[in-house]
Amino acid sequence: MFAYYLELAVRSLKRSRALTALMIAAVALGIGTSMVTLTVLHVVSGDPLPERSGSIYLPRIDPRDDSTASASTAMPVQVTWLDGNNLLRAGRARQQALMLGGQVAIEPDAGNIEPFIATARYTSMGFFDLFDVPFLRGAGWSAADDEARARVAVISSALEERLFHGDNAVGRTVRVGGVPLRVIGVLAPWRPVPHFYDLYMGHFAGGEDVYLPLSTARAALLPRGGGIECWGKGSTTENLMETAECTWLQFWVRLDSASDVAAYGRFLDGYVHEQFSAGRFRRNRPAELTGLMAYLDERHVVPGDLHLQVWLAFGFLLVCLANTVGLMLAKFMRRGMEIGVRRALGASRGSVFAQMLTEAGIIGLAGGLLGLVLALAGLALVRTRPDHYAQLARLDLSMLATTFVLSITATLLAGLFPAWRASRLPPGLQLKSQ
Amino acid sequence: MRMDIAPILASLGRHKATAALLVIQIALTCAIVCNALFVVADRLDWMRTPSGIDEDRIAMLTVTDIEHHDGVQARNLADLAALRELPDVEAATTTNSVPFGPLSWQTSVRMSADQKEPVASIAQYMGEGVPELLGATLAEGRFFREDEYRWADDLDARRTEMIPVLLVTEALARRLFPGRSALGQSLYLGGQACRIVGVLKGLARAGDPDRHNVQEAIVSPIRMLPIYGASYAIRARPGRAAAALREASETLRNLQPRRVITDKKTYAEVRAAYFSSDRALAGLLIGVCVTMLAVTALGIVGLASFWVGQRRRQIGVRRALGATRRDVLHYFQVENFLLAGMGIALGMVLAYGINLLLMYQYELPRLPSYYLPVGALSLWLLGQVAVLAPALRAAAVPPVEATRG
Repeated sequence: MFAYYLELAVRSLKRSRALTALMIAAVALGIGTSMVTLTVLHVVSGDPLPERSGSIYLPRIDPRDDSTASASTAMPVQVTWLDGNNLLRAGRARQQALMLGGQVAIEPDAGNIEPFIATARYTSMGFFDLFDVPFLRGAGWSAADDEARARVAVISSALEERLFHGDNAVGRTVRVGGVPLRVIGVLAPWRPVPHFYDLYMGHFAGGEDVYLPLSTARAALLPRGGGIECWGKGSTTENLMETAECTWLQFWVRLDSASDVAAYGRFLDGYVHEQFSAGRFRRNRPAELTGLMAYLDERHVVPGDLHLQVWLAFGFLLVCLANTVGLMLAKFMRRGMEIGVRRALGASRGSVFAQMLTEAGIIGLAGGLLGLVLALAGLALVRTRPDHYAQLARLDLSMLATTFVLSITATLLAGLFPAWRASRLPPGLQLKSQ
Repeated sequence: MRMDIAPILASLGRHKATAALLVIQIALTCAIVCNALFVVADRLDWMRTPSGIDEDRIAMLTVTDIEHHDGVQARNLADLAALRELPDVEAATTTNSVPFGPLSWQTSVRMSADQKEPVASIAQYMGEGVPELLGATLAEGRFFREDEYRWADDLDARRTEMIPVLLVTEALARRLFPGRSALGQSLYLGGQACRIVGVLKGLARAGDPDRHNVQEAIVSPIRMLPIYGASYAIRARPGRAAAALREASETLRNLQPRRVITDKKTYAEVRAAYFSSDRALAGLLIGVCVTMLAVTALGIVGLASFWVGQRRRQIGVRRALGATRRDVLHYFQVENFLLAGMGIALGMVLAYGINLLLMYQYELPRLPSYYLPVGALSLWLLGQVAVLAPALRAAAVPPVEATRG
């Protein structure tokens, strides 16, 4: 029976080619636009650490006096050198890392490649375990390396390829900011989106090219990057940063259970109270523990423009669907004669309904397919845009499935009403009136 | 010409569902296009925000040393001296930031030494002769004198005291000292009183776009250094910005080979980069609006064609009974006018509703009232253009059609 409906539908669609093309194009345009904006939103509002984000927390304490504008508003998102190291040494979380971003000049040891600037992360040894960073070969460094300011580095696979052209980089030397470092590990491609652990480097910054111990970087005074907030007599003279009244480092912890979170919160409050009593903190402001996803929400990482675009696209889809329903309705109703004959010959309302819905389904399928092509073209266009997140806009499997479900459902829903109206046409009247 | 609306309405009543769908489509189109174009206008307006500087003649370069050096002041002076020698460079300095640049510096200021809550963070410019070089102009007072400048690293290491003077922009002066001259008044920076010696007509800030305070900035007499992330800014001879940038880049590279030029842009490029996402959004919105209007127009053509096809016999009867071609044409035109009118009326309400949502969600201003009549007129026109071909086809139906079955 379905094959027969299909044949009838195709024949009917062929009879008015321009109209069919218009309906399919409208569905495709609506679907394509919605998919492009949804995909971009999906990519940028995703979870940077899908396996672990639920247990990653940002401890926040406020060491500021009241000389800065924001002292009464948001809690700092970074820590001072002293606090960061105190919290790191206390080691009260299951895993923790104290870190800092920077841009460094890389000089290839051999060959005649020009020095170039790469992004770097200076961090205590816990970084790779904390964020579950995948290694291609080798491994991270030890606490002893941190202590000894060891001249070691972990590099990205992209940097390995650039410097060593596919050779194993482990054991080789790379000069970072004039300092020779021994490569001890190479990361598999890793790019958490957004770049949650240091938003100052760009919300959608890529993964760093080189990772080295924070202690080593500070000893060599490698260039710092990212955000910094100072107050009081805060000075940013490079060799005085360790005692400066400035927050400039990021500190993240892993806490697995609610009781761990509560315990860590108590520990932080205790720490703040201790610092306040000792006169180092001017205010006894309660500490906060912010979960990773809540933090991204708070910082409005997803550009507001994207939400606007998604709403616009759905509005557009609605217009396209209203257009298609109107045309379908007109088309079905015009076939009163044909429907009347079929009904008079014994076709049930149900079968007329099914036939009309088949026709709507074909339009939906064709519109969906064409919409997919439009979405792919649209995403290619988006990727040429300069925004950092634009380059990430690719259709993944789940979005692909969504496109199809969306387009078929939308057109079937759109087809329901005209098909129902057509199936209600009384057979006798139609025959008589013609 | 006299046209009875009653029979048209009666006829539409027989196609309630189809007519309603067309009305809904027109309403949605009207509401979305009005709001989208308003957002476009708003972004275009934002993109035209004046920087307050002589944009055509400015270029900037950022250099990063490969390793840590001492003698940063001498190295900086050597760089600047070499830049000033270049044929296409008129002036050169080191600046922490440029309007709409990638890097922003902010500081909080107080109106008095004991003010509890400081004035929210203000953009701070530092660098020798920065406003003069960029081409910012004075509304009142003067620029800094040579002897008022101090080196950033000396201040940082407390080897010297800050000179207690500063410049402010007119916008900031108006907010902090409403109704009186800011000249001679003091602002407190980190506990130190700084006297305002000059008021700049304009100098936009860098960093996050925030429209209400984009023109609020101060300038401090501090000589900047590349180690603080500062850039070299050059003022080129008229029309030579790109050439000056090329020369400067080569000179800086040759002068000290152990460093990397991490960024070099003419000011036009700096500005374009800053507003790129606004430009992209505006382009996207215009594209979607045009497509949406096209879809709606084609929908009208499609539906009208159907109706014409369906009513050939009725048209024939009317023609046989004495209706002229013109009457038939007008019939379809008026029908479309009525449908579009209903759609537009509904669309206005929707447009207003969407605007309220946008105002609440995205801090967009209220939709100016002239958008509605302009939108209505455009949609009416669109409908008339779209319906013309089917209506002409209807008018061409011969009276003899009445006899066919």
